[in-house]
Amino acid sequence: MSVRIQEADFDVGAEIAALRHGDARVGAVAVFVGTVRDVNDGGAVATMTLEHYPGMTEKSLQAIVDEARQRFDVHGIRVVHRVGELAPTDQIVLVAVTSAHRGEAFDACRFVMDYLKTRAPFWKKERTPEGSRWVEARESDDTAAERWER
Amino acid sequence: MRDSPPVVVRLVFLARLREAFGNADESLQLPAEAPATVDTVLDALRARGGAWAAELAPGRAVRVAVNHAMAKPGDAVRDGDEVALFPPVTGG
Repeated sequence: MSVRIQEADFDVGAEIAALRHGDARVGAVAVFVGTVRDVNDGGAVATMTLEHYPGMTEKSLQAIVDEARQRFDVHGIRVVHRVGELAPTDQIVLVAVTSAHRGEAFDACRFVMDYLKTRAPFWKKERTPEGSRWVEARESDDTAAERWER
Repeated sequence: MRDSPPVVVRLVFLARLREAFGNADESLQLPAEAPATVDTVLDALRARGGAWAAELAPGRAVRVAVNHAMAKPGDAVRDGDEVALFPPVTGG
């Protein structure tokens, strides 16, 4: 499966190994891992809860992966996104891409993350010493995704 | 002229909107007098006042998906559709 949503943590090495699976065409593997920080918008973050929209989120991630495959000359793409309760330093998301050369792998990896941030239905709620708050969407994420429209 | 058949949609509320409405999902029958669109769904909910009117006020950032695909205000909704309302996404 190129797209997974799960509560459990993931093993980056195992995910890369499964994606490469002895594919000798692969000359480049680009990997992005997003992790939970202990500070956001100037406030301390104790824990974070990630929510998704079952059904739509899977379709949305698969559509992003399909579009990346159309745009870039890549061999494999894997996306793993966690949901549920997470704490600072925990892994949130993995995007791994294999291709013959680094340029396509880097570009496809960044494209998938930029689109995931603005299109995939996930929402973060942070628990802080002052109470819980839903994370607000960032304009800089829209700007990052719009770069690919030009 | 005969009345058009009733359009009943399943509403799903996510993240901040679910908490604000105190409700994860419900069925909604749309008024028969106008063609059913995303906008008529939003208007029917705004008419409830309170948190509904506040969260869905024009200018608030609310996203709508119909049957798991992002939708615009004028898009049609049909009987049996799943219409989800949620804030801008913040994953990754």
